[in-house]
Amino acid sequence: MGNLIEHIGIERERIHFSWISSAEATKFVDVVKDITEKVRALGPNEKFKKIYN
Amino acid sequence: MDTYTEKIRSIAGSLLKEGKVDRVIGYKKGSIPMATNPFAARTVEQARELVFNSTCVMNLANYITDSSETIAVAAKGCDSRNIVTHIVENKIKRDQVYIIGVPCSGMVDKRRIIEEFGSDLTEFSENGDEISVKSLDKEEVLKKQDYLRDCCTTCIKPNPVVYDELAGELVPEPEVKNRFASVEKIEAMDPDEKYQYFTDLTADCIRCYACRNACPICYCPTCFVDESGPQWVGKGQNETDIQTFHFLRAFHCAGRCTDCGACEEACPMGIKVREFTKKLNKDTSELFGWDAGLDQTKRPPLDTYSPEDPDDFIK
Repeated sequence: MGNLIEHIGIERERIHFSWISSAEATKFVDVVKDITEKVRALGPNEKFKKIYN
Repeated sequence: MDTYTEKIRSIAGSLLKEGKVDRVIGYKKGSIPMATNPFAARTVEQARELVFNSTCVMNLANYITDSSETIAVAAKGCDSRNIVTHIVENKIKRDQVYIIGVPCSGMVDKRRIIEEFGSDLTEFSENGDEISVKSLDKEEVLKKQDYLRDCCTTCIKPNPVVYDELAGELVPEPEVKNRFASVEKIEAMDPDEKYQYFTDLTADCIRCYACRNACPICYCPTCFVDESGPQWVGKGQNETDIQTFHFLRAFHCAGRCTDCGACEEACPMGIKVREFTKKLNKDTSELFGWDAGLDQTKRPPLDTYSPEDPDDFIK
């Protein structure tokens, strides 16, 4: 799925997949921090966006 | 190709006469040159209408699912691979389907010929490796090899992978150098170019869903685009909704698409729908060493879990 999203031009770093158990709170925090940093670095996404008039 | 027609007619005739099958699915001559329609023959008389030539582009595996009847199908390499997929996905039982294998030398790109001839075609015939095409303006004899459909030039299985009877001699398996060259070209683009490419690609889409209806593996009782509760995707001509349809339809075909090209043939707007599915074929081939429809004993890779899964996030 990530590969196909990348293929149509969405940056790969915007998509994250992870396997986190409900007992792994710290892992969840780390993953979310990591995602936030990467997406912030890319800036707002302007592609594949539906605009309602 | 004419020998195929004769052979298919005689096999179909005897199957129907002996009552071994309820119907034989093949092609019959269309109403305009270079067109054949999928056709189900139920009587010996109807079996005489069956034909096979280089314009039999639709995938007949599309017409065999969810039936309690015994069905014979004239299957090219790609059709046979989709029949295997149907068997694996429990859409039909192997003993319910009698496969008349048709070794295939490729189908002709009708759209390209019409474009080159510039006006309506009036006649089409073929003789071995040559095709003769006549339009209102001109008449030419062309080499079939130069006018094959794109998906036929990268075909890995022209011979049926499974059959009960053959309608002709098996053809030599081709050596395809790089069947994913078109995908690599897009992969080399930067994200903005890619997005522009796919935006332009789907810009003409009228959302008729002909690609989906022609596709043998698009058989969900309610397609996600038709669902209204929940409504996954908008139903209008919004650019993003159109892209979502193509994107998700392709993803649903991951590891199941045989690159038969029926979607592109059905498209009235000439959209290269395979540009999406081909990428997934490349991925499943590289990540899982998988090509759809070759093995009746294996489930598609996205349908199974293996400890050898190449994605490391799941481990």
